[in-house]
Amino acid sequence: MSAETKMPDIEVLMQAIPYARWLGISIDQRGNEITTVLHFSEKLIGNPVLPALHGGVIGAFLETTAIAQLAFEFSGGEAGAGGLPKPIGLTIDYLRSGKPVETYGRAVITKQGRRVATVHAEAWQEDRARPIAAAHGHFLLKAADEPADK
Amino acid sequence: MASGFKITPEHIALMKDVLIEHVPHAKALGMTVVNAAPGEAWLSVPYAENLVGNPETGVIHGGVITSLLDNACGIAVQLALPERMSIATLDLRIDYMKPATPKLELMSHTHCYKVTSSIAFVRGTAYHSDEADPIATCVGTFMLSANRSMPMTPEAAAEAMALFAQKKGGAA
Repeated sequence: MSAETKMPDIEVLMQAIPYARWLGISIDQRGNEITTVLHFSEKLIGNPVLPALHGGVIGAFLETTAIAQLAFEFSGGEAGAGGLPKPIGLTIDYLRSGKPVETYGRAVITKQGRRVATVHAEAWQEDRARPIAAAHGHFLLKAADEPADK
Repeated sequence: MASGFKITPEHIALMKDVLIEHVPHAKALGMTVVNAAPGEAWLSVPYAENLVGNPETGVIHGGVITSLLDNACGIAVQLALPERMSIATLDLRIDYMKPATPKLELMSHTHCYKVTSSIAFVRGTAYHSDEADPIATCVGTFMLSANRSMPMTPEAAAEAMALFAQKKGGAA
């Protein structure tokens, strides 16, 4: 954990991202533990018959969960949204259909390199032991390494 | 595979109706089916300020691309099946090649290249105007007849939406 004196305020960072606000993602930060919360709204529905959350929404939520964890561990408390880690690749496993309720997310950094970090993220609803989806992905830590057209 | 039937304008209209109009998230993103062929779909999502992932550059969030590709893969699977059935994403892998360019519409081309009795395999690309210059690529697998054996007709979807709205109103 790199935050010694000042813990980065990930909620402020998250609210600076228009898409995260639009989806309805907030951060529950307790000390050095970050849980992302996806507040349910009708626009998140992918299957109105079940009804179930859209797979893309769950993927986006897991990606945001991973980024929030990375931002927390690497920002040193000062990073703006512009310096956020960028996804290189993300694999999402859909384990159960997402109900139209609140969804929670947690991410663990499995490996931290100098430029790339590997992250595992999980999303669940009522029962932490029964995740609705899991993802693992690679993220580019230094924005300077990004190829052209920013 | 999946060449034994023709895609008619009605087929495309059904895709638009059932898979976009009755999918609240697809509608919220402004998703449109641009073109379709057996096992293949072309979709678009217009640029919007609320989809931005990086406020400093105005670049669209990766999650929007995930939603577009997931939805587009699902439609490609539907277009590879001789009859409509419910499907569910098993997994989806997305590789991000470059950031999307601000203000430009997002396009996707997805292709369901193999269907077995229970699984469909899809790959796809997200791009602006040139598919050979991708923003992201994906591969995914879908489970067939995942949740119920009956396909979702426009009527059933509309009914479900109405029920859903009622339930929501009652709970609040």
